[in-house]
Amino acid sequence: MDKFGFTLSKARVIDYEANDRTIVDYIIEREPSLKLCIECGCCTATCTTGNFTDFSLREIHILLKRGENEQVRQKIKKCMLCGKCILVCPRGVNTRNVVSLARQAFRNTEGYEF
Amino acid sequence: MNFDPFVIPFNIGLYFILIYAVVRSVIWFRELSRPDKLRLQRGFFGRAFGQSLKEIFLESLIHRKILKSNPRLGYMHMSLAFGWFLLILFGTIEADIFGERHLNPPDRAIFFRFFNPDHGKTFFESSYAFMMDLILAFILSGLVLAVIKRFSSKVVGMKKTTKLKPLDKVALTSLWLIFPSRLIAESLTSGAYGTGSFLTGSLGEWFASFLPANELAYPFWWLYSLSLGTFFVLLPLTRYLHIPTELFLIFMRNSGIRTGDRPGTYSEVEVHSCSSCGMCIDVCQLGFSAGINTIQATYLMKGIRNREELHDIAHNCLMCGRCDQICPVGIEISPIRMIVRRTEDIENVYESRWKGYLRSRINVVTPRQETGTSYDFLPVRKQEKTDVLYFAGCMTHLTPSIKKAMVRILDASGLKWSFMDEDGGVCCGRPLMLEGNDREARELINHNSDLIWKSGARTLVTSCPICYKVFRESYYLDLEVLHHSQFIKNLIDEGLVDLNYLQKRVTYHTPCELGRRSGVYDEPLEVIKHVASLEATGYDNENSLCCGGSLGNIMLSREKRQKIAEDVTARLTACSPDSLITACPLCKKTLAQATSTRVMDIAELAVEAIAAVPEVKKTRRGVSKKKVIGETTATI
Ligand code: SF4
Ligand code: SF4
Ligand code: SF4
Ligand code: SF4
Repeated sequence: MDKFGFTLSKARVIDYEANDRTIVDYIIEREPSLKLCIECGCCTATCTTGNFTDFSLREIHILLKRGENEQVRQKIKKCMLCGKCILVCPRGVNTRNVVSLARQAFRNTEGYEF
Repeated sequence: MNFDPFVIPFNIGLYFILIYAVVRSVIWFRELSRPDKLRLQRGFFGRAFGQSLKEIFLESLIHRKILKSNPRLGYMHMSLAFGWFLLILFGTIEADIFGERHLNPPDRAIFFRFFNPDHGKTFFESSYAFMMDLILAFILSGLVLAVIKRFSSKVVGMKKTTKLKPLDKVALTSLWLIFPSRLIAESLTSGAYGTGSFLTGSLGEWFASFLPANELAYPFWWLYSLSLGTFFVLLPLTRYLHIPTELFLIFMRNSGIRTGDRPGTYSEVEVHSCSSCGMCIDVCQLGFSAGINTIQATYLMKGIRNREELHDIAHNCLMCGRCDQICPVGIEISPIRMIVRRTEDIENVYESRWKGYLRSRINVVTPRQETGTSYDFLPVRKQEKTDVLYFAGCMTHLTPSIKKAMVRILDASGLKWSFMDEDGGVCCGRPLMLEGNDREARELINHNSDLIWKSGARTLVTSCPICYKVFRESYYLDLEVLHHSQFIKNLIDEGLVDLNYLQKRVTYHTPCELGRRSGVYDEPLEVIKHVASLEATGYDNENSLCCGGSLGNIMLSREKRQKIAEDVTARLTACSPDSLITACPLCKKTLAQATSTRVMDIAELAVEAIAAVPEVKKTRRGVSKKKVIGETTATI
C-alpha cells in the first residue's frame, strides 16, 4: 500500500466487529437529541476541559455512535458538566445529559469498570 | 345512658392513632443524629417551645401562609383544621360542664348530643349549643369548598389539584363523611327532642316533620363513629399523616434542625408533612410554561413516600426555588431533591413491618467502582499576589461583553486586581454538584481554592451567580466573596467610580441563584436605580421567575427552555422598557434569545454610565495588566 502513497488512517477505520451500540442506545433512548448532532465541533471549540486537554465532545459523540465504548469510557470523566457546550450547540443537543447518561450507562452496564 | 356499642369504632381508631403517634415519634427520635437529639431536647425545654406553639397555632390551625397568598384556599384549610380543633375543644368543655360528671373520656365529648339529647333547653345551654352549631357550620362551609376543589380546582383559585392514590381516596371519603354525618345525626336527635340551635335545631325540626327522627338518628351516629374510626386507622398510610407530622416538624425546625445533605429523620418528617396543598404546582414554571406536570414538589414528596421511581422527578427540575419559597409548611424542597440526586447510587431498602405502618429505612450503599480521579489533567498554575481577584466563570466567557465591561470597571476603580481565569479557567464545580457529583466537584473546588489562596486577595469578585453561590457555601476561603453587582455597589458607595444617570427605562430580572438562592436582592436594585429608571414587573425579589436556562435541570430540552424564556421575557417586557437588565451571564444569554428587547447585564449598564475615567488610574492598571497576562500565559 505504501508504494501507492496511500495509508489508511487508523482513526477512520470503523471496526464493525467491535461496534457495540449498547451505550449509545442507552443514551438515545433517554436523550434523543443526541441524534441531532452534526459533529460540527462547536462544543469542542468552547469546552472548558478542552482548554487543558485534548478532550473533545465532538469526538465523544463520534466514538459513541461508532460503538468504540472503551475510548469513551476513558475520556468521559474529564467533562466538568459546566454547560458551555449546550449554549453554543447549533443543533440543540442536550450535551450535558449525554455526558451524564454515558457515565450512568457505564455504571449500569455489565462489563465496564467505571 | 352510659355506653352504646356505636362508640367502639371511634374508640378503636382514636387509641390506635394515639399509640401509633407515640411509637412513631420514638422511632423518629431514635434515628436522629446525636447533635440533633440534643437540639431537640434543648428546643423542648427552652424558648423555642413557645415559638413552636405559636407557629403550630398560626400555621397548622389558622394556615396563615396559605391564607395570605390564596384566601379561598386558606379559608378551606383553616375551616377544616381550626374548626375541628374548636369543635373538639369546646365539645370537651361542654361535656365537662354539662355532662353527668367531670373529666369524661373523649367519646363523651364527641358524641355529647347522643348521650345528652335533651340538653339545650336553658338559655345558657342553648347559647352554648348555638356556638357549637356555628363551629359546625364553619367546618361544613370549608368542606363544601374542599369537595368543589376536588372536582374543579379553579373555584379555590388554583390551576391544578393533586392526584390521589386509592387508599387516599378511601381516607378522603371517610374524612368527608365525618362532618355531614355528625350534622345529620345531631339534627335528627335534636329534632326528636326539640333541642339544638339554628343549624341542627332547625334542620332537625324539619326532618322530624316528616321522618321518624329518633329511629333514624341511630344509624347516623354509627356512620359518624365509623367514619372517624376509619379515618384514624387509615391516617398513617395516607397523605393525611401530614396533620400530626407537621407538629413534629415545627418542633424540630424551631429547635434548629435542618435538612442537611444526607437522608435522615428530618427529611423524612418533611416528606410526610406535605399536605398536598398544591401551591408548589401553581408556581412551577415547568408546569405553566413548559407543560411538564409530573415533577413538582408535591409529586416528589409523594414519590418518596410511596417509594416510586424518582430519577426523572429529581432531575427534571430547574432548581429555581420558587416552590421552596411558597411552601406553606416550610418544607426545604430543593435540599430534599438534592439528597435524592446525590443518593442515586444508594439503594433505599425499606423493611415493611405491619404492612407499611412502621417502615424502617436501611441505607445500602452500593460502592462506586473508582478508576482514579477524573480531573488529574489540571495543571498546577501560578497566581500573582493581588487585592481583588476577579473570576469571570465559564458562562461569562461565553458572553464577552460582560467580561469586557467588568474589566473596564475594575480598571476604572483603580484597585489592584488580577484576572483569575482570563484564559478560560476551571469550572467552579457547582454544575457538578447540582447533578449530585459532589466528590468530582471537590477536585475542581480544590484546584480553584489553591489559586485563590495563592493570590492573597482580600476580595473575590465573580460575574456569575452560580459561581458566587458555590464560592460562598462550598469553598473554604478566608476572604470576602462578592457578586459583581455588590462590587459595583461598593465602588459607587466609596466613590471609586462615577456613574452618570442614563435616560433609560429598564426592568430587572432577578437571577434565581443570586436572589432566592443567595439572598442578594438589594445591591443590584440600588445599582440600577443609581443609573436608570427601574420599573416594577410584578415578578420582583422572592417572586422572580427563572429564565429557563438553569444548569440545575439536565433533562430539559432546548425547545422547552425556549418556551420558558419567551414566557418570562413577555412578562418582564410587558411595560416595553428600553432594556431588560439581569445580573447573570446565563440569564442574559437565555433571555436574549427570546426577546427583541435589549438584554443587558448590570455590569454593561454600569459601564454605559461610567463617567470619564481619570488618566492616572488608567496607566497604573495598564502596567499591572501586562504582568498578569505575561505570568498566566507562561504557566499554563
Ligand atoms: S456543537 Fe452540537 S452539533 Fe456540534 S458537535 Fe457539539 S453536540 Fe454536535
Ligand atoms: S459541559 Fe463538559 S463538554 Fe461541555 S463545555 Fe463543559 S467541560 Fe466541555
Ligand atoms: S410541598 Fe409544600 S407547597 Fe407543595 S403540596 Fe406539599 S405542602 Fe403544599
Ligand atoms: S424548583 Fe422550580 S422548577 Fe423545580 S419544582 Fe420547584 S418551582 Fe418547579
